Amino acid sequence: MSIFFVLIGLSLLISGSFLVAFLWANKKGQFDDTYTPSVRILFDDIDENKKKK
Amino acid sequence: MSTVMTTKNVICVHCGENCTDESIAIGDKYFCCNGCKFVYELLNDHNLSSYYKIEDRPGLKVSDRFYENHFAYLDNQKIKEQLLDFTDSSLSKVTLVIPQIHCSSCIWLLENLQKLNNSIISSRVQFLKKEVAITFAHQHLSLRTLVELLASIGYEPQISLDDYEIQTKRKKGSSLIVRVAIAGFCFANIMLFSFPEYLSSDGSLSENFVQFFGYLNILLSIPVLFFSASIYFKSAYYGLRQKSINMDVPISLGISMLFLRSLYEVISSTGPGYFDSFTGLVFFLLLGKLFQQKTYESLSFDSDYKSYFPISIIKLSGKKEEIVPITELKQGDMILVRNNELIPADARLLSNHASIDYSFVTGESEPVEKTVNDKIYAGGKQSGGIIQLEVLKDVSQSYITQLWNDANFSKPDSKSLSNMANRFSKYFTISIVAIALISAFVWMLLDPSKAVFVGISVLIIACPCALALATPITLGSVQRILGRNRLFFKDSNTIEKLASVTHVVFDKTGTLTKSKESSITYTGKELSDIEIGYVRSLVHHSTHPLSVKLYEYLPHNNSASIEKFHETEGQGISGFINQTEIKIGSSLFCGNQEIPTESNNLQSRVHISIGGSYYGFYKISSQYRDGLKDLVKNLGDKLQITILSGDNRGELQALQDIFPQTTSYHFNQSPHDKLRHIKELQNMNERVLMFGDGLNDAGALKQADIGIAVTESMSSFSPASDGILAGEKFSEIFKFIRFSQRAISIILVSFLISILYNVVGLGFAVMGILSPLFAAVLMPVSSLTVVGIIIISTKIAAQRLRI
Repeated sequence: MSIFFVLIGLSLLISGSFLVAFLWANKKGQFDDTYTPSVRILFDDIDENKKKK
Repeated sequence: MSTVMTTKNVICVHCGENCTDESIAIGDKYFCCNGCKFVYELLNDHNLSSYYKIEDRPGLKVSDRFYENHFAYLDNQKIKEQLLDFTDSSLSKVTLVIPQIHCSSCIWLLENLQKLNNSIISSRVQFLKKEVAITFAHQHLSLRTLVELLASIGYEPQISLDDYEIQTKRKKGSSLIVRVAIAGFCFANIMLFSFPEYLSSDGSLSENFVQFFGYLNILLSIPVLFFSASIYFKSAYYGLRQKSINMDVPISLGISMLFLRSLYEVISSTGPGYFDSFTGLVFFLLLGKLFQQKTYESLSFDSDYKSYFPISIIKLSGKKEEIVPITELKQGDMILVRNNELIPADARLLSNHASIDYSFVTGESEPVEKTVNDKIYAGGKQSGGIIQLEVLKDVSQSYITQLWNDANFSKPDSKSLSNMANRFSKYFTISIVAIALISAFVWMLLDPSKAVFVGISVLIIACPCALALATPITLGSVQRILGRNRLFFKDSNTIEKLASVTHVVFDKTGTLTKSKESSITYTGKELSDIEIGYVRSLVHHSTHPLSVKLYEYLPHNNSASIEKFHETEGQGISGFINQTEIKIGSSLFCGNQEIPTESNNLQSRVHISIGGSYYGFYKISSQYRDGLKDLVKNLGDKLQITILSGDNRGELQALQDIFPQTTSYHFNQSPHDKLRHIKELQNMNERVLMFGDGLNDAGALKQADIGIAVTESMSSFSPASDGILAGEKFSEIFKFIRFSQRAISIILVSFLISILYNVVGLGFAVMGILSPLFAAVLMPVSSLTVVGIIIISTKIAAQRLRI
């Protein structure tokens, strides 16, 4: 049963790494603007089409 | 008929407004004005025509009212330093707020600015914040030219030096997310580790595991206690220091007891503790707080006189013109004020003539004529030529700023005043502590070993989690629904106050009337189309507000060029077209024989004379908002209405037709009169809701229990107030009041429900049979049901009122 100690430690480590990843992303401003990138990604296509014409 | 008037509706390709005719066009594309056409051409020349493909008619009508040097202050080194985020020898970075950003075309254009000017390296839009961050080579492109470029394509940035304070405020918001994230993480893990404990209540779990999980839980809950929950401890501490018991006091008491008790149980190996309830509680509480915060993030309400005033002014030192920030103005400085610029400080006129529009201060739109050596108060706007002034008082001591800083104007912090939950929490805390002590005392007699356990259990289970959530969640979702209806409140307490309003006060100009539109009627000898064209051409030369209104009203016709244009101050304007003299102005100026009666004098009339003979006059009266009559009828049934106007009595008759008989009217009110009037009402125990628009209402808005600023464009400034309402939603005020009253009853109901939960929990606690599992289930369930009930019932209430 002592394998549980290791497993629990591992599970904490993994979930903790997700927490750290979230905190990092939050600090880097990944969540500051949740709208513009979704629009921005479509712009290049429009430009490309224009050039073909 | 010299021009063909089309009946077909032509819509401007750029801004989507109706074109008066088809005279401005490129190919098959029509424009409403030359400004729009210019932007279209500019964008086309720079391969930016995709702008028009992403969205239909995305543009903004470009106001051509910029005067040269409008942005000259951006050349000032100090201002530049304050605005730039970053600068080195070649590159600068600036973040500008552009309220006009509204669609994907805007994003596209603003992110392709480098095509317009290759000194712009890159630009990035943050749509939700309506910001654009631009990196540019400042050796080739100054900040001023950059801003001018943006303004020329219709995206004029909103620049105020207060922006920096706002930015620091935003940082706090992200730390709440971090608190929630950590609390959520710990909560989830502790739940997981507590699970074996729940399932094996008979103690079949090996001793090793119990110990291991216990200590692991302690470890995980430490960051929750010291980081996530610290805001509650702080708030409770500050509250107690000010001798008031707020909702955070019983919360802090509950969660700290919960933690200490659990710590004791684990260390003494007497039980698993309540760490799951503890972290869950903090997590839910913080979620509620986050929800509340999200609802009013982007609005800035704390605008003071600084947001009204220009940032800089032209100072004359010797013969040199110098642009200085207005804060550096001193008594005795010579300043130049251009057409349409605001006068920043009380000053003495040095030029011969000035025509000052005090509409900002008094609401009166007619300019006041001033001659040399007259004293001019700050807040007036010059219309006409450049004037020279000598500053008499520092900006901070001017009439307007003093009015603003008047002790009367600052109202005590509303937070301590009447927050329902906080008032309630005082009694709540006292009674909980009393119950804890009494039950502990009773158990002391029955079974001394259990006394402390019971006392602490009471404090734990009574922790008003659901209670604390009820108010912010209800008010938060009400605020969100109102926000969708374009009524924004500074804080949620305002909703509580709105529900208990007894007296409504309206300002007239700009509040009851639409500030842009006015109804214009013509009386007199009929004018031919050509003559209308003459009138329009002539009024185009004048900046007088009535001229501007008339110009916008008259149909666009063949414009003629004016010769010998002359403006007689306070009288009117005249000019020659094809040797015909056109005069527009006062009755006497145009040679009207009829002697004006008193009532005629009160209306705004513009008289016309062409070729020496008198034709007639345009009557310009302001247009009341749509749905006003229904609104005041509904309001008048329940509430007392008062109208405070800075204008003359000219519109009394029109108002009496609309408003119920019980309404009281007060005209010619100065800002101080308005303020005093509201105070009097409050002294009569009335709870006053005030609607106003301009700086002239600012004092009254602050004095009123609730002051709501009515504005046409949300993103522009508004006076310091408790709320901002979009002009087009003005007729819905009654529904909003009703909705806020419903919200208060929803809060009361959810209070009752959470108290019911508390009574059940307390029952177990007092009997000494509160198990960790029971606590862990009851506490989140009570919170979640209360939250669920609130969200559903506010939705239903909103639907019933159709808002």
